[in-house]
Amino acid sequence: MSDFTNNFWNLYIVVLTTLGVLGCAVLLYSQSKYKVAKHNGPVGTTGHVWDEDLTELNTPMPRWWMWMFYLTIVFGIAYLFLYPGLGSYAGKLGWNSTKEYKAELAKADSEYGPLFEKYRQQDLKAVAADPQAHAIGERLFLTYCAQCHGSDARGNKGFPNLTDKDWLHGGAPETIKQTIMNGRHGVMPPMGAALGSDKDIENVAHYVLSLSGSAASDPIKSVFGKSKFGACMACHSAGGVGNQALGAPNLSDKTWLYGGSAETIMETIRKGRDNTMPAFGDFLGESKVHVLSAYVWSLSNETK
Amino acid sequence: MNSPEPQVIRMYEARQEIYPREAKGRYASLRWLCVWLTQLAFYGLPWLTWNGRQAVLFDLTTRKFYLFGLVLWPQDFIYLAALLIIAAWLLFLVTAVAGRVWCGFACPQTVYTEIFLWIERKIEGPRSARMALAKQGPSLKKFSKRTAKHLAWGAVALWTGFTFVGYFTPIKVLGAATFTLAFGPWEWFWVLFYAFATYGNAGWLREQVCKYMCPYARFQSSMFDRDTLIVTYDARRGEPRGKVAKDTGKSVNGGSCIDCTMCVQVCPTGIDIRNGLQYECIGCAACVDACNSVMDKVDQPRGLIRYSTDRAMATGMSAQDIRRRAMRPRVLIYCAGLLIVIIAVASSLAMRTPLKMDVIRDRGSMGREVDGGAIENVYRLQIMNTAEQGHRYRITAQGLPGLALATADEVTLEGTETRAVPIRLRAPHGAGQTGSNKITVQLTAVDDPALTVSETAVFIVPR
Repeated sequence: MSDFTNNFWNLYIVVLTTLGVLGCAVLLYSQSKYKVAKHNGPVGTTGHVWDEDLTELNTPMPRWWMWMFYLTIVFGIAYLFLYPGLGSYAGKLGWNSTKEYKAELAKADSEYGPLFEKYRQQDLKAVAADPQAHAIGERLFLTYCAQCHGSDARGNKGFPNLTDKDWLHGGAPETIKQTIMNGRHGVMPPMGAALGSDKDIENVAHYVLSLSGSAASDPIKSVFGKSKFGACMACHSAGGVGNQALGAPNLSDKTWLYGGSAETIMETIRKGRDNTMPAFGDFLGESKVHVLSAYVWSLSNETK
Repeated sequence: MNSPEPQVIRMYEARQEIYPREAKGRYASLRWLCVWLTQLAFYGLPWLTWNGRQAVLFDLTTRKFYLFGLVLWPQDFIYLAALLIIAAWLLFLVTAVAGRVWCGFACPQTVYTEIFLWIERKIEGPRSARMALAKQGPSLKKFSKRTAKHLAWGAVALWTGFTFVGYFTPIKVLGAATFTLAFGPWEWFWVLFYAFATYGNAGWLREQVCKYMCPYARFQSSMFDRDTLIVTYDARRGEPRGKVAKDTGKSVNGGSCIDCTMCVQVCPTGIDIRNGLQYECIGCAACVDACNSVMDKVDQPRGLIRYSTDRAMATGMSAQDIRRRAMRPRVLIYCAGLLIVIIAVASSLAMRTPLKMDVIRDRGSMGREVDGGAIENVYRLQIMNTAEQGHRYRITAQGLPGLALATADEVTLEGTETRAVPIRLRAPHGAGQTGSNKITVQLTAVDDPALTVSETAVFIVPR
């Protein structure tokens, strides 16, 4: 694969580099053959005199130093032959940084792999009770998960709190592992059109608030809203208790992913919500996800 | 200037091999003392044990640098800079006072050359024997002597390389690995490379390093002045030189120099000190020793070649005056600079807290409202216990009325452990203004209240 859009630049670099190396060799050779008449004086001079008395001194280099110059030229040629450097020529060894990165990754895997493999073969609850695995899990969490779920795993708006018992897709250890491995995609469709007018949407929102006994719920609007809630029950079930198989949140508790005010709920109903938890299976590998899942589960469960 | 001779010279010249004669005397003994002191330290230090670990170990993998009771982390890199500053000031000071004494007595190049020359003398004999051997054609005797010499050099060099790596890989582990040759690739590289460099520099290159490679040799001339001690030939007393006269012990021409050329023969850089100060001179005083022993033999006073200064040579100063001139402003300024840096480093090391902490606010959220309208912010404390003892630490936060931790307020760290600890800080409703508030997070060892560190952070109250 060439990095150049035009082959001219490839040739340009090849020619410049080659000429440069050859030029150094020619200069070195011609200078090592160069002789000057020896002049007497406190130190040798080259015999060049300017402005009547300005003489050029010659303090000869040691010859081994000259051979070192030749050595650098040989090194340069060998390097350009073995490694990338000459235009888009990949080098005889085929080295590149991607390969080096992969080799380092493989080395790290062979070093730490057995440890993770040991845990992978254990039951998730057993892993959760292991203090070393807990420490590893914490570090993994702080590195890969804390950006969205927070360093304390308590989440942010749109990113679920992982330390409570409220789960969108289920809180069993295996389910958590599945979530991390494959990711989740939660979609709440826009329901504005299905429910009718803005008034209807507001009524439904107040009914939803009443499900968790919220003081902000207007009882009259709530009654009107209840009649419209049928459209929501397909996912959120009767009474709004949610459906973990679909990832539909329980609306009857006090946990709100996007906020629990009437305005926010209306916005959710009107515009819908689309949320993604990315899949980490390919990126981290199953054994690391295993340790991570045990850690996440332990955040909301007693492990002893 | 004479008219040009027909002879030609090149821009590069072949090296003139130097066979230094062994010098004996006060300065040679001083040099050997330096060889013993520096090399006992270099070869011996990695074998010392401290608190059950190697006393001096630079652990690159875990990035911890152990110096007896001290554990330095990459965050303490400033001390390396300080060490280099001290070394630089010391160099200025010593050079201004006494010229190139470092070169002549303590520089590794001189020290290893001295050791290698000692081996060479033991195997090939003194200067004359070595020169004769070099002139000889190939013979079994020459071959065996040369082989023995290079094997002995190689052994010293390999031991040196091994010791060098022993500062980075625990030397006892390395020693055990030697028997099975179970070195890692980098250990192999550095043992062999350091050995090769020692062998090449002390066995082959010798004065070429000082003459052509060493930058120090070149820039220290800028630190010389007319009162700097240099190895110098007293031309006023020595000239006119000539063959020794039997009766007076002086030269037949009347000067003190009897032209025995001993000063030239002992010179490791192959110069004639009688030509005056030359850039090749490393100030080793071998010629002083040689000349003094000759002067003793011909019953003349010592010191025809001696440590003196340019000014003293020109004006005939007494030794006492030379010493008085050493206390000149330049030297005093160097002393003051050196003292200031040393005091600064020593007090900084003494007051150093072996505990570091960074407070990193979670960027994902501004602040969240929890039960009762209280506001919570999430932080990650990156805690580094840079000491070797483990401690339990208490975390506290100040800066807002009622600000408190909502998570565990104690954390335990093992010796030299680094840990990220997530914490939640909670401020009651109404505490602090909307937006960012300055707070302080403090970490204090439960068993040692003096072991404490505090960091400022920001607490955000959302609108």
